[in-house]
Formats: sequence, structure tokens, C-alpha cells
Amino acid sequence: MNKNIKFIIIILFSLFVFFIFYKGLEKPNNYLPEKNLNKIETSLVFKNLNDQKEIILEELINNNSFSIINIWASWCLPCRDEHAYLLKLRNLNKIDIIGINYKDKKSNAIEFLSDLGNPYHEVLVDLDGTKSIELGAIGVPETYLINNKIVVKKYVGPLDDIKLKEIIEIIKYEKN
Amino acid sequence: MKKIKLIFYIFSFTLIFLNNLNADNSQQVDKISKNLRCLICQGQSVYDSQSDFALSMKILIDKKINEGKNEKEIYAFFKNKYGEWIVYEPEISQNTILLWVIPLILFIFGGILIIRKVSIK
Repeated sequence: MNKNIKFIIIILFSLFVFFIFYKGLEKPNNYLPEKNLNKIETSLVFKNLNDQKEIILEELINNNSFSIINIWASWCLPCRDEHAYLLKLRNLNKIDIIGINYKDKKSNAIEFLSDLGNPYHEVLVDLDGTKSIELGAIGVPETYLINNKIVVKKYVGPLDDIKLKEIIEIIKYEKN
Repeated sequence: MKKIKLIFYIFSFTLIFLNNLNADNSQQVDKISKNLRCLICQGQSVYDSQSDFALSMKILIDKKINEGKNEKEIYAFFKNKYGEWIVYEPEISQNTILLWVIPLILFIFGGILIIRKVSIK
């Protein structure tokens, strides 16, 4: 009798452990910020890509409507994929897109934009990556949809059809 | 010859001295970055990692120290940006209370077991 109980307990325990590990398999491995970190640091000073003029981010963000901040680099392959979507957004003519060039060479960045087209209203430079961290980014590409200095939506990784649709929906909804 | 030696010593001592001055900051950067999780690399701290993210983090930590921020303020800054997950030591809260209490319970439970075994003998 005693042996049976021990046996059952061991089996139950192993099932319990198995279940926990099995559940763990389904969990995504990648880190995603668990809370929506709403506020954005707007007091950051950036240099412009073309003329190296200093600009405060606050001046570029339109307070009454949406704007997009996109962090990109010429060496980043997914950025090439998402570039078409940024151009589509630009062609809507409804939203300002601010590009932040992340840890890149100036010549490469300019070449990238002349090859693929420039969707940005302003391209800012982040040479050592620290400013992107102050914005709360973990890498490239990353896109923020901003309204009133508040991050409405944060996309880690390249934009795609679904995300583009979502952005357009949000902009429309707000306009009406 | 002696003069050359003397100059050599003075030169090397000033170098060491200057190095130590700079090292002060980098030691603190090391200490802080060891306690921060590199978010894009799995199972590494910011200190261990050579990823772009981690390298930038180290530069930023250095900048924050130069701005006169202390360790706690820097952790708070990163927590504010990236959430609780970035620091290795979780705060005691409703979500993490089990994490803190279970080892304590197990420890006490184990202790009781051992005492009982010993006293029985």
C-alpha cells in the first residue's frame, strides 16, 4: 500500500514537471516588453544625416496628429524588406515618418536611401546606439507609432502587410 | 643612465595613475552591466555580450555615471525603459513573492527534516 502511494506520487510529480516544461516549449523565446511603455523621451538631441544640424526630437513630432519613428540601418537586412512598407505609408501623405539611422556609416545610409527611396521626412543619426536605447529600442528595425508624445503602437522587427494595415486602421480611426 | 631610469619610472607611474583614474568609471560600468540582462541575447548579461545592443548599453551606462547618476538611478532608468525583466534581481511584488518565498520554505522544511532525523537517531 505504502509503495503504491509513493509510486503514484512519483508519477504525478513527473507528470507535473513534464507539463511545466511542455508549456514552456510553447512560450516564445524572444523578449517582448511586457508593459506598454507609453511615454517617449522627446528631449533627445539628434544630428541630421545630411547636414549634421542638431535637432531636438520634440520639434519633429507633430503634437496634434500621428507620427512614426523608424529605427533602421543600411546593414540590416530586415530593414530592406520593410522599406517598401514605409514608402507605402509615406505615399499616403497622412503621417510624418522620422527615421533614426542606427550605428551606420553616413555614405552607406545615403546610398541605401538613394537606392530604395526615401520615405523619411527627416533622417536622424544615432552613431553609438545610445539614443535608441533612450527611446526604449532593443535593435533594428523598430517602429513606433506616436501620438501626443505617447507611443500608441510599438513594432519590434520589420513591418509587414498585417502591421501596415493596423497602422492605417489606427490613423483612420483617429481622424474620424 | 640613472636619469633615464628615473624618467622611465615617473612616466610609468603617471600612466598607472591616469589609468586608475579612468578605471574607476569602467569598474562601475562593469558592475552595473553585470546586473543587467542583455535583452536580445539569450542567457547573457550586458557585461558578457558583444552585441550592438549591449555595447550601446555600456556606453550609455558610462554616460549616466558621468552625469552623476548612481547605481540605483541607473537601474531605475533602464527598468523604466524596458520593464522589470532587464534587471536580474526581481523586486518583491505580488508576481514575484513565490519566487522569493519558496526557497525559504524549502530551506526551513529541509532543516526540520534533518533535525528530526538526527534527533531520532
